[in-house]
Amino acid sequence: MTIRTHLLKRALAPARPALTPRPSPSSSSPLLSLSIPHSQHRRRQQRLYSTHPPNAKLNLPTDYGTTPLLNHHSQSALSNPELPPDVRNGTTKRMNLMQAVNDALSTSLAEDESVLIFGEDVAFGGVFRCTMKLAETFGGDRVFNTPLTEQGIVGFAIGLAAEGMRPVAEIQFADYVYPAFDQLVNEAAKYRYRDGTGGRSAGGMTVRMPCGGVGHGGLYHSQSPEALFTHIPGLKVIMPRSPVQAKGLLLAAIRSNDPCIFMEPKILYRAAVEQVPTAAYTLPLGKAEVLKEGSDVTIISYGQPLYKCMAAIKQVEEEMPGVTVELIDLRTIYPWDHETVFESVRKTGRCIVVHESMVNAGVGAEVAAAIQEDEKTFIRLEAPVQRVAGWSIPTPLVFEQFNMPDVARIYDNIKKVLDY
Amino acid sequence: MKSRLASVTRRSCSQRPLFRPLTAANTIPPCLSLSQQQQRRPVASFEQGPSQRPDSQYVSFPGAVKSAFSHTMKFESPGSYPALPTYRVVDQHGVVVDESFTPDLTDEEVVQLYKHMLTVSIMDIIMYDAQRQGRLSFYMVCAGEEAVAVGSASCLTKEDVIFSQYREQGVFIQRGFKLGDFMNQLFANRNDPGKGRNMPVHYGSKELNIHTISSPLGTQLPQASGAAYALKMQHMQDPSIPPRVVACYFGDGAASEGDFHAALNMAATKSCPVIFICRNNGFAISTTTLEQYRGDGIASRGLGYGIETIRVDGNDIWAVREATKKARELALKDGGQPVLIEAMTYRVSHHSTSDDSFAYRAKVEVEDWKRRDNPIIRLRKWMENKGIWDENKEKEARESTRREVLKEFSKAEKEKKPPIRTMFEDVYEEMTPDIKQQMEKMRQHMERYPEEYDVGDYVGGVDSLKQ
Repeated sequence: MTIRTHLLKRALAPARPALTPRPSPSSSSPLLSLSIPHSQHRRRQQRLYSTHPPNAKLNLPTDYGTTPLLNHHSQSALSNPELPPDVRNGTTKRMNLMQAVNDALSTSLAEDESVLIFGEDVAFGGVFRCTMKLAETFGGDRVFNTPLTEQGIVGFAIGLAAEGMRPVAEIQFADYVYPAFDQLVNEAAKYRYRDGTGGRSAGGMTVRMPCGGVGHGGLYHSQSPEALFTHIPGLKVIMPRSPVQAKGLLLAAIRSNDPCIFMEPKILYRAAVEQVPTAAYTLPLGKAEVLKEGSDVTIISYGQPLYKCMAAIKQVEEEMPGVTVELIDLRTIYPWDHETVFESVRKTGRCIVVHESMVNAGVGAEVAAAIQEDEKTFIRLEAPVQRVAGWSIPTPLVFEQFNMPDVARIYDNIKKVLDY
Repeated sequence: MKSRLASVTRRSCSQRPLFRPLTAANTIPPCLSLSQQQQRRPVASFEQGPSQRPDSQYVSFPGAVKSAFSHTMKFESPGSYPALPTYRVVDQHGVVVDESFTPDLTDEEVVQLYKHMLTVSIMDIIMYDAQRQGRLSFYMVCAGEEAVAVGSASCLTKEDVIFSQYREQGVFIQRGFKLGDFMNQLFANRNDPGKGRNMPVHYGSKELNIHTISSPLGTQLPQASGAAYALKMQHMQDPSIPPRVVACYFGDGAASEGDFHAALNMAATKSCPVIFICRNNGFAISTTTLEQYRGDGIASRGLGYGIETIRVDGNDIWAVREATKKARELALKDGGQPVLIEAMTYRVSHHSTSDDSFAYRAKVEVEDWKRRDNPIIRLRKWMENKGIWDENKEKEARESTRREVLKEFSKAEKEKKPPIRTMFEDVYEEMTPDIKQQMEKMRQHMERYPEEYDVGDYVGGVDSLKQ
C-alpha cells in the first residue's frame, strides 16, 4: 500500500467503529452494542484517526468494556455509598451516557412540571439522541425546538428561570456556546446577586452541552470551554465521567437553585456503558470523588481523560511495584472541592492535573495554584505540580492525537514527578 | 473509539464527518411517523403545509408556503414602501385628533398620570444636580420620555411582569415605587433592595413584578420572551392563575443587538405573550438613528418576524395608552403572541451624567424640541382644555413634589450602607467554602489595618464579616 492510498483510506474511513451497529431509534431494543476490544476487530477494518500505532504499548484505545471506572455489574453500581439506601436496594439497567442523560431528563420532566427542555433539534431526540421520546411523552409545550440562536436559547432560559420555571437548555456543541456568553456571564451568573432582597435568580436554569474531543471534531466540535465558566462567580460547572455520574449529577443540577453549566463528554455518549440504578437519585455537587486510592502521586482530572489516567496508572503500578497512584475526579469543576484535593496531595506529596482543554489559564492552573497557596499542602509537596493538558492551540483535526493528553504523556508525567 | 458527531443522517449511513445539521429541519427523520411529529398545539410546520400540486401557482417550498410564482424579476426596494404611520390621539396643542377616541379614565385618574410624569421629571432635575454636586455617583434622566413609561405601565395589571432597560422611571412610579424607594437605590443604602451592589438607576422590585435592571443592553429582550413563555405555561398548568403578559422596554440602539433579533424571533416561533416597547428617541448616546439603522425604524422589523406591530407618538400619553391596551389584548389572543410597539420620542436630556450631548448635537435643536413638543406639556394642555387643571394647581403640584423629593433625598442620604458582609452573599444560594474563606481573610486583614478602611458608614462595621 502506498502512503498516498493509505492516507486516502484513512480519510475515507467511516467515522465510527465498524462493528458498532447503527442504532435504530424506533426499535425498543437497547440502543447500544458493546464496544469490542480492538484485538477482535475484523482484519479488513480501515484504520481510523484514533487507531493506535502498531507498536504502541501505552496509547491504546480506551477499553470501556473492562475499565474499572465503569460499573460492569449491578452490585458494584448499587454499592456506591453516595446513593440513598432505597436506591441501593433497587434495580439497575445497562445504559450508555446518552441514555443516562435521557433518563435524568425524563425523570425531571416527570417529577416537576416546571421543567422544560429546549434547544436546537431537541424535539426529534437531539443530534446525540439525548432527548429521545421526551417530546412525545411530555408534549411539545415542554420539550421543543428553538430557532437557531444560542444567545436566544440562554436568554429565554434565564427569563423562564426568573419567573419560577426550571428550564434545561441545550447548546448543541460547547463550541457554539460563545454567542450566549454575555447571557451566561452578565445575566445568569449575576441575577440573584443583583436582585438582592427580591430573591429572583436564574437558579432554575441548567445549560447542557456536549464537549471534548471525539477523534475527528476539528476546531468546532472538540472544545472544552469549562475554564471560561469557572472564572465566573455565580455559575456551577459540572462534567460527569460516566453514565451513573451523568444521571446523578444532571438531576442534582436540574434540582439545584444555582445556574449550572453541565458539560457532557460527547465521546462517552455511546462508548461508556455501565449498570445505572433505575430509581431517581442525585450525586453531590461541589464534591470530588477519590476513584482509586494511592500514596505516591495524586492525579486530578475530570471527564474522559480519567480513563486515560487509569490506563497510565495501571502501567506505572505494574512496572514499579510498591508505587501507588491516587486518582480524583473533580466532577464539579467550580465550585471545586479543595479539601479532598488538598488532603490527597498532603498524603502523596506529588500532583498532576489532567484536562483536554488548553493548558494556560485552564483548570489545572487554578488547582495547582490553590495547592501551592495552601500552607498545609505546600510544605508537603515533593515535586512541582504538573499539568498534562491540551497545548496552547485550537483543536486541530488530524493532529488531535498529538494535542489531547494521552496515556503516554500522563504516564511520562507520573514518572517525572516520581523521579524529581 | 468513536461516537458520530450527529446522527441526523438518512438511512444510508453517511461516510462524511457531519457539520451541524443545518438542513435537518427539512428532513423528516425516518424513525418518526408524522403523528409522532404533531404537537399538541398547532405549529406552523411544512409537514402540515399544502402539498405540491401539479401546475400550482404557489411555491410549496417549506420556507415560504404562501409565496406565489412570479414571471417578472423584481427586487423589493425598501424605499418603495411608505414609512409606517405614527398613531396619535392628541396633537401637540392638546387637541384630540382621533375622533373615535373617548378617554377611559376619570378626571382624577388623568391628573394622577400627569402627576406621575411630573414627579419623574422633578426628581430627574434634582438628582441630576445632586450627581453634579458629587452626592451620588451616577444618574440618568428621562426627560421627553415620561409618557411612554407612565402611559404604557398604566395599561398593565399588577401581575404583568416587566423588564426594563434603564430610562423607565415612569414605569416604576406608575406601578407604586415610592420616592423613598428610588432614593434608597440611588444612594445604595441599607434599604436598597439591590443591597448596594448595583449602580444608581438600576431599580428593581419583586413586589411590583419588575425585574432588576442590568446594564448590558438588549439582554432583557430574550429573557422577556422566556418569562412570557413561563407565564403562558403557568396559566396552562393552573387555569386559576389569570393570563398575564410581559412588557419589555428597550431603546432604538439596543434593538441593534443580536439579543433583539433572538428575542423577537423566539417570541414569535414560541407564541409568547410579550409586548416589546421600543423607545425610539433618536439617539444612542451620540449615535443618531441614521448611523443606527437604514430601514424604517424598529417597527418595520416586527413584520419581518411575523409580529403584530404599531408605531405611536411617544409624546402622546393617550396614543401610548390606547396602543398598549390593544397590544395587551392581542398578546393574550389564542394563548399568546408577541406584539411590538415603537414609541417615537426625542431624548431631550443628555444620555447620562457622564455625557455632554452638546458635543454631538446643537443646543438649539434640543431647546426647539422642548418648546415644540413635550409629553408633560401636551397632557397639561389637554387637561386645561378640559378645565381640570390650571396654573395654581400646577404651581402647587410642582412645589409639593419638589419638597417631597428633597425630604426623601436627605432621609436616604443619611442612612447607613448595607453590612460589608452583603458583598459576599447571594452569589450562590448558599455561600461556597471559597467565598466563606475569602470573607474570613478580608475580616482578618481589615482588623490588622483598621485605619486603612472606612467602615463607619456600613451597618455592623467589620463585625458583619464574622462567620
